[in-house]
Amino acid sequence: MSHSPAALRLDAESLAGGLPPLLVEAEHLAASVLPGAHGRRRAGQGDEFWQYRAATGSDPASRIDWRRSARSDMHFVRETEWQAAQAITLWVDLSRAMAFSGDKRRADKGSRARLLALALAVLALRAGERVGLMRDGAPLPARSGKAQLMPLTQALAVDTDGRDYGAPGLALLPAHSRAVFLSDFLGDPAPVEAALTAAADRGVRGALVQVLDPVEEGFPFQGRSIFESMGGAMRHETMRASDLRARYQDRLAQRKDRLAALARLTGWQFTCHHTDTPPAAALMWLWHALAPAGGR
Amino acid sequence: MFTLGPIGFATPALLLALVALPALWWLLRAVPPAPVIRRFPGVALLLGLKDETQESDKTPWWLLLLRALAVAALIIGFSGPVLNPQPERTGDGPLLIVADASWASARDWPRRIERMEELLTEASRAGRPAAVIALTDLPEGDLPLRSADHWLGRLGGITPAPWLPQADAVAAWAETLPSTLESYWFSDGLARDGRTPLLEALEARGPVTVFETETAVLALAPAQLVEGALQLQALRSPASDASEIRIAAIGRDPAGTERTLAEGVAEFASGESRAELELVLQPELRNRITRFQITGQRSAGAVAVTDDALQRRKVALLAGRDADEGLELVSPFFYLRQALGPVSELTESPSIDDLLLTGPDVLILADVAALGEVESAMVQDWVADGGLLLRFAGPRLAASEVSRDDEDPLMPVRLRLGGRTVGGAMSWGEPRTLRDFAEGSPFEGLRIPSDVTVSSQVLAQPDPALADRTIASLADGTPLVTRKFLGDGQVVLVHTTANADWSTLPLSGLFVEMLERLAVSTRPARPGADDLTGTTWMAERVLDGFGEVQDASGMAGVAGELLVESTTGPDLPPGGYAGPGGSLAVNVMADADAELQPADWPARVQVERGGALSETRLAGAFLGAGLLALMADILAALWIAGRLLPVRATAAALTALAMLTTPGAALAEDAVDTDDRLAIMAANNVVLAHVMTGDPRVDEIAEAGLRGLSQALFQRTSIEPDDPIGVDLERDELVFFPFLYWPITEDTPIPSDAALSRLNRYLRGGGMIMFDTRDAELAGLTRTTPAERRLQAIARSLDIPPLEPVPEDHILTRTFYLIQEFPGRFTGRDLWVEASPPDAELAEGMPFRSLNDGVTPVIIGSHDWAAAWAVDAQGLPLLRVGRGMDGERQREIALRFGVNLITHVLTGNYKSDQVHVPALLERLGQ
Repeated sequence: MSHSPAALRLDAESLAGGLPPLLVEAEHLAASVLPGAHGRRRAGQGDEFWQYRAATGSDPASRIDWRRSARSDMHFVRETEWQAAQAITLWVDLSRAMAFSGDKRRADKGSRARLLALALAVLALRAGERVGLMRDGAPLPARSGKAQLMPLTQALAVDTDGRDYGAPGLALLPAHSRAVFLSDFLGDPAPVEAALTAAADRGVRGALVQVLDPVEEGFPFQGRSIFESMGGAMRHETMRASDLRARYQDRLAQRKDRLAALARLTGWQFTCHHTDTPPAAALMWLWHALAPAGGR
Repeated sequence: MFTLGPIGFATPALLLALVALPALWWLLRAVPPAPVIRRFPGVALLLGLKDETQESDKTPWWLLLLRALAVAALIIGFSGPVLNPQPERTGDGPLLIVADASWASARDWPRRIERMEELLTEASRAGRPAAVIALTDLPEGDLPLRSADHWLGRLGGITPAPWLPQADAVAAWAETLPSTLESYWFSDGLARDGRTPLLEALEARGPVTVFETETAVLALAPAQLVEGALQLQALRSPASDASEIRIAAIGRDPAGTERTLAEGVAEFASGESRAELELVLQPELRNRITRFQITGQRSAGAVAVTDDALQRRKVALLAGRDADEGLELVSPFFYLRQALGPVSELTESPSIDDLLLTGPDVLILADVAALGEVESAMVQDWVADGGLLLRFAGPRLAASEVSRDDEDPLMPVRLRLGGRTVGGAMSWGEPRTLRDFAEGSPFEGLRIPSDVTVSSQVLAQPDPALADRTIASLADGTPLVTRKFLGDGQVVLVHTTANADWSTLPLSGLFVEMLERLAVSTRPARPGADDLTGTTWMAERVLDGFGEVQDASGMAGVAGELLVESTTGPDLPPGGYAGPGGSLAVNVMADADAELQPADWPARVQVERGGALSETRLAGAFLGAGLLALMADILAALWIAGRLLPVRATAAALTALAMLTTPGAALAEDAVDTDDRLAIMAANNVVLAHVMTGDPRVDEIAEAGLRGLSQALFQRTSIEPDDPIGVDLERDELVFFPFLYWPITEDTPIPSDAALSRLNRYLRGGGMIMFDTRDAELAGLTRTTPAERRLQAIARSLDIPPLEPVPEDHILTRTFYLIQEFPGRFTGRDLWVEASPPDAELAEGMPFRSLNDGVTPVIIGSHDWAAAWAVDAQGLPLLRVGRGMDGERQREIALRFGVNLITHVLTGNYKSDQVHVPALLERLGQ
């Protein structure tokens, strides 16, 4: 994402024209993902017929479809497709750590996270869900409809929140809704845990997407180095950076394990996405991760 | 000056700074290389990690060592180190520098000059007058004592001479020296007369120091030719440990560039002063050698100039078609080979081109009548360049028209028709003997054996110039050997044969002596002083003291006797001299027996062995090394800090650089040219060929005819030819074809000179051409036809032997079929083939004469055979022959003739040899 004044103006003008580049890109990405084997039609909104199944003892009598049951000796329950519209709350880490890219030719992590978030939003809105954005200060409440795309895009287009590492806030998520957290999760894990636990308490399920640069994965440094965080608040000095590689990678793996374990505990899903891989795969994974667990 | 072994220091105080090195070591260890600052979000995960190795936080030991060495080198460099510092010489009074300045001191002349410079510089500092004298070039008058600076500027003009100092001249000069001198003598290290008197004379005037170097004096004795091998002897003084030297033979290559033609290694055994090398070279190469040289030795003594003594004359024999293959003793070359083989290099070839390419000294034509025009011109050029053309007469020359009306450029005289025979069965006279050789003739003084007689000869036309050109004659005054000069060369005709047919001359020793006198064979030995008295020799190239060849054009002539008697000196520099009848070499080492003796100085004389003792200032080297080490330190420091470019990128950059500098161009291979394809096609199988006449109809018939003949051969015999080929005489190579069919028309173009010489080579090399004028029916009415006249015009330039109509017992009548006539589309005219030798005899009880040798090179007829043989694509006869069944019979006979002809071409006289079978069986006891 470009954040210079000229580019900002360009972005603004594009926004005014209804076609912000991020949105265009996100639409494009979403279009490449949509024709999946999902089988959900958009006009459903919960009253679409899905299937008949034999009624079990636990099914309340009101759910039995008498018309279908009358044609045979069994009782059938009529299941409809995805009963209610879901609310999806996105959280995109806009900290300075996300502005890191290990290679000039590669987009930074923040851009990738924004892109994924917006593309998911496009998909979800098209499917009739409600999409909201969690952010400091003024959260964007979940709404449905195409109009929601514009505020979303605008909210995501901000530069950075100035912090070294981001953490999801503890804003109240709509109960039983879905949430997606996009971040590198390299900062302090405690706020993430807190947020996740709080969300789980409210029955919110969702996905954690850890967006990492390949450099952060491979740690290809050597020689005497001083490592600084993007904001410069943290620094670490070493004589031989190459010596640290194994231990750094260990720690990174531990961090991923911890996130995965946390996700398992709370019923969330966790994935790690690298900026050198195509975003479509991550979007696809996200879409599947958000699909209702007992929907079929 | 403070010295440490061979090294002295100008400012040794600076060396104290070396003490500070340990402190520097400690200091450098404490300062680690600067870190790199990197922005990296993952730092959150790094917090708290400790470095495993604490060592690298200090500077690594090898970097420390590098820095310490760099600083040490700088300190030493600034302290002014000098290798082999020269002790200061003291002395006063005039300084005399005497140099032998002979070829033997040329080997290390620069070192001597350097030492002289040092001496003169010192003398200049001390304000002493000095004189520099080369003993090989003594000054006139008093000793030229000048300021040392004066001599410093003139040192470059003093060079070693290619000879040794003359003892008496030196003694005379020593008398004129002033009374007090300090002398410094640059000796060349060789013992010689006159050294002791000079030493005594110098010692009487003041202290003497002798300068000699340790390097051995090397010299090369003149090369000798022993049984075809070049023997070289190298000498050295003093005889020290075993060593090897390389000796190069230098001469001009065919392009005229001087280069090393051969090289060999001679080994000095330990304690031996002599090494030998034997080189066996092709005469071609050997004759090009102008000098031998010990590689890497700059001295006139290490060069041996060569002369005629090494050069065996190259004699080229133009081998004609051997009419009598089996009869070795009557071959025109037999006696020549016997006489010349041991003393010269013989080359034989049927091609003048090939012969002249070998650059012969002598070209011998034995009974060769006419050469093609091109060939003749080539030979003329070659003779005019100094070649010797020696011709022998014979039946062919006698029968030819050569030099009959006009003098042929390649004949010394005009010849009368026929020649004469004396002493034969049908003549009255006795065989003639030789008249004593006249004064002025090259053969003057040769004794004539009484049994040398001449029974046949070719006769010269009386001519005003004849007497001058005759250099040998018979008792009755008729010329036997005539000679004419042509440019720088000469043409000699012996009016009789080179074999014993016409004369017994080739059987006698006189023959060999005459060839020797004609300079056909080698110069027997180095001439003595008596031989050379009165002659004047001009230097062609001379050597300077360093052994470099110098132009000698400005030098005066040298009396011949000096060349062999005197040793080298100012009036006889070593080199090559040219004079009447050859060249002579004068070398520093007069002969192979010469010895080199090391000079022996009395013990009282101070001898300075100039090892590698000159001063060398080392400051630059040390400072350079120090700076280099600092550069390396920069790279190393960068590498440690991880800021050096990744190895891969560096490698890529280097590769790119290498690619830029490498000229990458693969040369496209030459395409196979068409000649090769023709050659491959023709050489893969037997192919009959016809000459393209340019008339499409004739060419078509010729091809169809040969196709028909090939077909018949295929069906009837084991000869299985491929499709016939039409050849273009101007373009195509003929050697692949055993047989050429050449239809002659009125307008057949006369081949170019190049084509004619190719045709001649083809005929001499065993090819057969069948000329067909295709006009038998016309020829019956008129005497000659236009086609016949055209054939005569073509054949005039061809080497065609005497012809005769096919005799009854000719081999053509029985090689496959028994036939007696040779019809084509027409019949009735004669068929001409090479005449059988006149001595062929019909043996008792044999149906045929014994004609075992020679395939006729040409067949000439007019029967239009191709038309009779011609078939169309279906293999059916193309043209009508005769009328009705008779005609078909005639066609059949024509085909049979064709079969016989090709069988004859391919098998020669195999069928004729069958007549010997009864005799062979009888001898085997059957």
